[in-house]
Amino acid sequence: MSNRVTNILVPIVSVILGLIVGAIIMLVSGFSPIDGYIALWNGIFGDAYTIGETIRQITPYILAGLAVAFAFRSGLFNIGVEGQLIVGWFAAAYVGLVFEDLPKIIHLPLSLIAAMLAGALWGFVPGLLKAKFRVHEVIVTIMMNYIALHVTNALIKTVSDGGDRTERIFSSASLRSEFLANLTDFSRLHYGILIALIMVGVMWFLLEKTTLGYELKAVGFNQNASEYAGMNVNKNIILAMVISGMFAGLAGAMEALGTFEYISSKGGFTGIGFDGIAVALLGMNTPLGVIFGATLFGSLKYGALNMPNAAGIPLEIVEIVIAVIIFFVASGYIIRLLLQRMASKKGAK
Amino acid sequence: MEYVIEMRNIRKEFGNFVANDNITLQLKKGEIHALLGENGAGKSTLMNVLFGLYQPEGGEIFVRGEKVNITDPNVANDLGIGMVHQHFMLVENFSVTENIILGSEPTKFGITNKKDAAKKVQALSEQYGLNVDPYAIIEDISVGMQQRVEILKTLYRGAEILIFDEPTASLTPQEIIELIQIMKRLIAEGKSIILITHKLKEIMDVSDRVTVIRKGQGIGTVTTSETSPNDLASLMVGRQVTFKTVKGPANPNGEVLDIKDLVVEDYRKIEKIKRLNLNVRKGEIVGIAGIDGNGQSELIEAITGLRKVKSGTVKINGKDVTNFKPRKVTESGVGHIPQDRHRHGLVLDFPIGHNIALQTYYTQPISKNGIIDYKKIDKKAKEIIEAYDVRTQGAHEPARALSGGNQQKAIIGREVDRDPDLLIAALPTRGLDVGAIEFIHSRLIEQRDNGKAVLLLSFELDEVMNVSDRIAVIYDGQIVDIVLPEETTEQQLGLLMAGQSLDEDGSNKVSLSKEGEDQHVE
Amino acid sequence: MSFLEILYFIIPQAIFYAAPLILVAMGGVFSEKSGVVNIGLEGLMVMGAFAGILFNLMFADTFGGLTPWLSLIAGMLAALLLSVLHAVASVSFRANQVVSGVAINILAPALSIYLVKRIFDKGQTDFITTSFPRKDVPFLSDIPFIGPLFFSSIYATSVLAIAIAIISWFVIYKTPFGLRLRAVGEHPMAADTMGINVTRMRYIAVLLSGAFAGIGGAIYAQTITGDFGHATINGQGFMALAAVIFGKWHPLGAMGAAIFFGLAQSLSIVGNAIPGVDQIPNVFMLILPYVLTILALAGVIGRANAPKANGEPYIKGQR
Repeated sequence: MSNRVTNILVPIVSVILGLIVGAIIMLVSGFSPIDGYIALWNGIFGDAYTIGETIRQITPYILAGLAVAFAFRSGLFNIGVEGQLIVGWFAAAYVGLVFEDLPKIIHLPLSLIAAMLAGALWGFVPGLLKAKFRVHEVIVTIMMNYIALHVTNALIKTVSDGGDRTERIFSSASLRSEFLANLTDFSRLHYGILIALIMVGVMWFLLEKTTLGYELKAVGFNQNASEYAGMNVNKNIILAMVISGMFAGLAGAMEALGTFEYISSKGGFTGIGFDGIAVALLGMNTPLGVIFGATLFGSLKYGALNMPNAAGIPLEIVEIVIAVIIFFVASGYIIRLLLQRMASKKGAK
Repeated sequence: MEYVIEMRNIRKEFGNFVANDNITLQLKKGEIHALLGENGAGKSTLMNVLFGLYQPEGGEIFVRGEKVNITDPNVANDLGIGMVHQHFMLVENFSVTENIILGSEPTKFGITNKKDAAKKVQALSEQYGLNVDPYAIIEDISVGMQQRVEILKTLYRGAEILIFDEPTASLTPQEIIELIQIMKRLIAEGKSIILITHKLKEIMDVSDRVTVIRKGQGIGTVTTSETSPNDLASLMVGRQVTFKTVKGPANPNGEVLDIKDLVVEDYRKIEKIKRLNLNVRKGEIVGIAGIDGNGQSELIEAITGLRKVKSGTVKINGKDVTNFKPRKVTESGVGHIPQDRHRHGLVLDFPIGHNIALQTYYTQPISKNGIIDYKKIDKKAKEIIEAYDVRTQGAHEPARALSGGNQQKAIIGREVDRDPDLLIAALPTRGLDVGAIEFIHSRLIEQRDNGKAVLLLSFELDEVMNVSDRIAVIYDGQIVDIVLPEETTEQQLGLLMAGQSLDEDGSNKVSLSKEGEDQHVE
Repeated sequence: MSFLEILYFIIPQAIFYAAPLILVAMGGVFSEKSGVVNIGLEGLMVMGAFAGILFNLMFADTFGGLTPWLSLIAGMLAALLLSVLHAVASVSFRANQVVSGVAINILAPALSIYLVKRIFDKGQTDFITTSFPRKDVPFLSDIPFIGPLFFSSIYATSVLAIAIAIISWFVIYKTPFGLRLRAVGEHPMAADTMGINVTRMRYIAVLLSGAFAGIGGAIYAQTITGDFGHATINGQGFMALAAVIFGKWHPLGAMGAAIFFGLAQSLSIVGNAIPGVDQIPNVFMLILPYVLTILALAGVIGRANAPKANGEPYIKGQR
C-alpha cells in the first residue's frame, strides 16, 4: 500500500472507529445507536435551516483548524487557539459596537482586523518566548488560554457596566446576510463562510507559493539547517505564531460578527480551539484537509444538538466520539501498522 | 578450542534490509578481538544482537560452549557480557555511582544505598586503574572519564566479556593511550574483549585477531600479526585501496580568507578561540588538523556567521565580514559543507530538490517578489543530481531516504555550484564509504585547481595529510603551527595536535604517559 | 482586621484550596519525570471529581462518615482507568503526547456529563451531604501562632496532600524505583541498556498520574464545590501542571507552587473581605498563577530543569 493511500486511510478509519465506539457507548447506556445517529443525521441535514446552521458552525472550525495546522506546518504546536479565538471574539465585538455611523465597507473590515490583531498578539507572546528563551509554546499557550478567558470576562464586565453580556454590534460591522438567511429558512448562516474559504486559499498560497512558506516549513523541520541557510529562525517562529493567531482571531470574529453579534462572559472555554487541533490532525495539516476536518467536526457538533430532543440522548456523546477520533488519529502509527499488515496479508494470498 | 563466545551464522533484518547476513564470530578467552568493517557494514547491529538489544532472525549464540538465547540486556549481563557504547549511555545529571548502579541498585530498608555502592565503585576503579570519582556528576567530567564510567558499569555487573564500540572516536590521543592501557589491564585480569572499529591502526596496535565484515556479510577472521593494514583495508572494502589521493602541485596566489586575532566564546562565555590567525589563498587547500574540541567548530561557525565573534576580524577577498549574518557571508562568496549534515546541511523531511535550493531559494530565477517557482527548483535540482552523481529516485524524494554518501554529494553540489571563492569543508567524508570519500576528495582538489580557496577540517590524519597543501594545526583555540604534509610525519602531526612543540630533529621531549610505557603504542 | 487575623483567615484558606492542586501536581511530576507529558491532568481530575461525587451520593447512607474517603478511592480508580488510554496512546502507540492529552481533556468532561445526564436527568448532580469534617490537629493546634495558622480546623485531606507530596519526594529521590523513573525520563535508551523496562516504567508513571489526579479531583469536588457539573473543574488541572513547571519538576517545589497558587485562588474568592486586597481587581488574582508561570519560564526556569526526554516516545533500536 502506498504511503499516500495509508495517509488518507488513517483519518477515515479513525472516524469509523470513533463512530463505532460512540455506538457502543449508546448501546451500553441503554440508548439505541440507530436512533441516535438518525437524530444526528437529521440534526445536520434535516432541512434548509439545519444545513444553514451546520455551515455556520463549520465556519469557525475551518479557521481554528487553519490556525492549528499553520503552526504545525511551521513546527509549532499552538494549543492556544482557544484563547486567541476568545480575544479575537471580544476585539471584533468591541470594535463592532463602539463605532457608530461607520460605513460597512470600513466598519466590517476594521472589526475583522481588530480580531486578527488581538489573536496575533496572543500568538506573539508564546512566539516571542519560544524565539528568545526557547520556552515550549505548549505550556505558554495553555497559560495564555486562561489569561484570555479571565481578562476577556473582566473586559466584558467593564464594557457592559457590570453585566454579563455586551451590547449588540452595529449592523455596519455584521456579517449577517439576509440573502443567506432567507436561503436557509432564517438560520444564522452568515458571510463568514466565504472569509473562511478565502483564508484556506491564503494558507495554501502562503505555504506552497511563497519564499516565506518555504522558510516556515524549513524552520519547522530543522531550525539548525535553516539558520545555516541564512534564514532568520526567530523571526520565522514569531511570524508563524502571529499568523496562526490571526486565523484564530478571525475564528472569534465569526462568532462576534456573524453568529451572536455580541460576546457574553464565559464560565469555560468554547471548545472550538481545542477541536481545531482535531480538525487539523484529521486534515493532515493541509488547507484542503482542514475543510474536510472542519466539515466533519462542525457537522457533528451542530447535529448533536438534535440528539436530546429527537432521541433523548445527551449531546455529549458527540464530544466523546470526537475525543475517540483524536485518539485514533494521534495513534496513526498503530493504524498504519495494522493497515500495512492487512495489505501485505492480502498480497501474500 | 572452546570459545567464550561463539556467534554462528547470525542474520538480522530490518524490514527488507539485511543488516547481518550469515556472520560468524568466535572470541577466545583473554584475547582482544577486533571487529572491522566500514560504517554501516553491520558491526554495531551484530553487537546489539549479542547484547540482547536486537533479536536475530537466524543463527545461534554460544557462551562458554552453551547455547543461549539473549532476549534482553539483563540476560547478557547475567552471562557476563558488558557493552561500552559508542554513544555513552549515561544519564547526564546523575552521579557516577547512580549511573553505575542503575537497574541493580543495592538497598537498605527499600532505600537506595548509595554509600555502599560508591565504595564498591571506588574499589573497582582502583583495581583497574580507572581513576573515577564515584560522586562526580556526569555532565561535569571529561569524555575520557565518562568512558571509564561506562567500563565500570560493566565491571560492576561482573562482566567477563567486554564489547567496546568504536571507543576511540571521541578521545584525545592521550586518552586513547590510557584506554589501551586499561584494555590490556582488563585482559591481564582475565577478561576478554571485542573491539569494534574501522581504524586499522588501532587494530594493528592492540588486537590479537580480526574478524572483518563487509556490507552485512562476514568476510573472515585473520590473526593480526599475520596481516597488514593494506590487507585489512582490501578485506574491509572489497578491492585494492589506494591510500594516496592523486593531485598535482598547488599554485596558490592572492589571499581569499584572512583571519586576524579572532576571539570566540561559547555559550558559557569561555573562550574557545583565542586570538587565532589564519589565511587561505586562491588555489590551495588548507587543512585544519586537531583533536575534536579544540575550537574547530567554533572557528568555522565564526567564519560563516553562525556564531558571534568577540573580537578580531574575518575578511573574505579583502572585505571585512566579521559578525555578518550567515546569509551575508554566503553572499560574500563562501560555500560551506557543514560538519553535521543532518543537523545543519539538510532539511531531512524536505525533498532533495528543496534541499539543493536551500541557499538560493530566495534569489532569481527561483524566486521573484517573494513568490517561489518550484519548477525552477526542480530544474536546478536535476542538473546537480546529474552532475554530482547523486543516486536518488528524483528531486521529489525526501532527503532522509538517501544514503549518507548521496546526501553529502547533494550538499557538495549545492555549495560548489554557486562557485564560491572560499569553500569550507568540515568533516566532509565522515561516515562515508571509500568510494564516496574518493569522489569528494577529487571534487575538493578540482575546486583548488580552478583557482578557488578550500578550507578543510578533518579529524582523520590520513585525510588531512593526503588532501591538504598546507596543514594548520589547531590546539586550544589557536593555530600552533603550519606545516607542509610532504615534510611532516603523522607522528609529528599527532604531537602538535596534542599541544607539544617539535624539536629541530622532529622528535618530542615530553612523554605522554605517566608511567612512561607509551612507546609500544606509537 | 489586623494583620494576624488576616493571616489566620487566609493561610488555612490557601492550604484548603491547595490540597487538590498538590495531589494533581504530584501526578504531573510522576508522569513528566518518566518522560511522558501529561496535559490531560485536567481531564483526569474531572473524571476523579465525577466518580467521587457519584460514589458519595450513592453510598453516603451505606458508609456514613467513611463515605468521602471511599469516594476518593472511587475517584482514583476512575481516573486511573482513563489514564490507561493516555498511557497506551503515548507510550505504546507513539502518539503525540500533547494531542493525546487534549483528547483526554475533551473525553473526560463529555463522558462524565453524559453519564450525569443519564443518571440524574439533568446537567449537574445533587449536592453531597457527607463531606470531610474539619478538625484541630491534637497538640499541634495548641502551639501559639503556628497552631491556629496551620493546624486548627483543617481538612484531613490537606494533611493527606502534604503527606503524599513528601512521600513522592522520598520515592523519587531515595528509592531504586525513583532512580529508574528519572533515568527513563532523562535517557530512556541508557535505562534500557541497563535492563530497565522503559515501557513498564512509563506505564506505571502515567497510571500514577491518573490515580493522583483522580484523588485530587475527588477532593476538590467534595470539599470545594459539593456537586459535579460541567464547570466543577475549571482549569485546576492546568494550574497543577503550571505548579509542576513552576516547582521545577520537583515534588516539594511543585507542592510549594501549588500552595502559592492556592493562595492566589483563595484571594480571588475571599479577597473582598481583606482590606487592601479588595482594591485589587479580581481578574489579577485569577490570572496570577498563569502569568507567574509564564514569567518564570521566561526567566529562571529554562529547559534545563525539564526531564530531557520529556515528550518523546521511546522507540527501541533507534538512535
